[in-house]
Amino acid sequence: MSDLRPLTTRSRVVSDKRMTLMERIYLPAMVAGLLITIRHFFRRKPTVRYPEQERPRPAVYRGRHVLKRDEKGRERCTACGLCAVACPAEAISMVADERKPGEEHLYREEKYARIYEIDMLRCIYCGLCEEACPKEAIFLTDRLVKADRERMPFVFGKDELVEPMDPARRIDVSGRQTAAVRTFKQNPRYAHNR
Amino acid sequence: MTLATALFLLVLFVVTLTVAAYSTYAERKVAAFLQDRIGPDRAGPFGILQPLADGTKMFMKEDFIPAAANRRLFTLGPAIAMITALMTGVVIPWGGELTLFGETFRLQGTDPEIGILFVFAIVSIGVYGIMLGGWASNNKYALLGSVRAASQMVSYELGMGLSIVALVMLNGTLSLGGIVEHQAAHGWNIIYQPLGFIIFLVCAFAETNRSPFDMPECETELVGGYHTEFSSMKLGFFLFAEYTNMFISSAVISTLYFGGYHVPGLDRLGLDPNLTTLIGTAAMFAKTFFFIFFFMWVRWSTPRFRFDQLMNLGWKGLIPLGIANVLITGTVYHLAELWKG
Repeated sequence: MSDLRPLTTRSRVVSDKRMTLMERIYLPAMVAGLLITIRHFFRRKPTVRYPEQERPRPAVYRGRHVLKRDEKGRERCTACGLCAVACPAEAISMVADERKPGEEHLYREEKYARIYEIDMLRCIYCGLCEEACPKEAIFLTDRLVKADRERMPFVFGKDELVEPMDPARRIDVSGRQTAAVRTFKQNPRYAHNR
Repeated sequence: MTLATALFLLVLFVVTLTVAAYSTYAERKVAAFLQDRIGPDRAGPFGILQPLADGTKMFMKEDFIPAAANRRLFTLGPAIAMITALMTGVVIPWGGELTLFGETFRLQGTDPEIGILFVFAIVSIGVYGIMLGGWASNNKYALLGSVRAASQMVSYELGMGLSIVALVMLNGTLSLGGIVEHQAAHGWNIIYQPLGFIIFLVCAFAETNRSPFDMPECETELVGGYHTEFSSMKLGFFLFAEYTNMFISSAVISTLYFGGYHVPGLDRLGLDPNLTTLIGTAAMFAKTFFFIFFFMWVRWSTPRFRFDQLMNLGWKGLIPLGIANVLITGTVYHLAELWKG
């Protein structure tokens, strides 16, 4: 028994002995309680007023996804489906299509995703899609998925997933490229992605 | 009734309702701050419009009367609770004399000889509101809640009455205005009646059904107690009545034990009499608001008593203490008179 120590330093041994007079008056205990609560009254509040204030998130935070474009503004995704296969929540679905002549400035390779949808309510933000992607097309970012009253707005299509063409409004994912990731990408096997 | 009195009563009515409405806001803010939160802050700056939003919500809700309920009594319950809650403010002296347009007004609705008894009488009628509400709902939780409320209030009225007996013996008057004047002349009653004050305070918590004596409602055991079946503004009236009662009992505590509108040393400054009166009224409200805060502070600090503990405390604790207080006060008073010769 002596090995069993309480998990907290504040534990008290409970007994059912008869209360003393001081305890039965209640008032001293009451005053002690009031003094404890009034200290909390003046304490700094940890509340973060969410839409106006946001708790700082680390750069490697796994939040809302982005479908990256390459430096020329072409979509990197080739609709190979590896992310959908990797997804443990089966949140990703896509329809592939063939690039037509004249669309070379839009899509990087001959095949692209005509429809690409992620159900943000199914997604568990594990980041396996990002890990599976051979084209460095999908990344999780430190952005949040906004709340809504309906379910359907949580199925994000390409309009919400693909980053803007404008270079100034690109989504920065360099924060998630940690040293380990960068070393990993030096492997010649992944040279075709660059 | 003169026009001035009517006007004063109207102002008092509005002030009472406003204070009661903002007590709900204050309650939520105080609760939040005591629990390291910030409370409602969305409706207006600092959530200052929250009572309006709450009131609107109350009115928009369906006014539902259960099929098995006694419709007439069901409606009468919240009405009585509200009316009695609003009535007691009339006899409380909110300030001294104000001279306007060559006439002198007293900042008090009326000052009957039996002021404090009037308060007690009205508060007792208030139990009927709760009792009728609980009985007419035809619901066992509601009935249990109202039975608890009735027995609790009857028990604690005794202790409260006894603490007042000692106070009245000392002050020689039942009129609330008279009690304040006596305190202005001889010092606040809290100095002479500390035990009486504690008894009165504890009883006031029980009378207003506030935690730690919120047995009639006790959400965790009786769903909502006597107002389980009430919805819409009928529920609103019950809740409102509770906050009005809290406001009035805070005012009564300030009047009886903390000198009411009297501020020590203020009359020696030689200020304009009207200004003195206004400062006195401000002081009265400051004292009252402090006690409202105290009510909330206690509510969010202490757990609820068990019902048998409540009854034990009332009958075996406060009533003997009250009697002892009366005896001690009487003896000391008499001895002091003898000493003076």
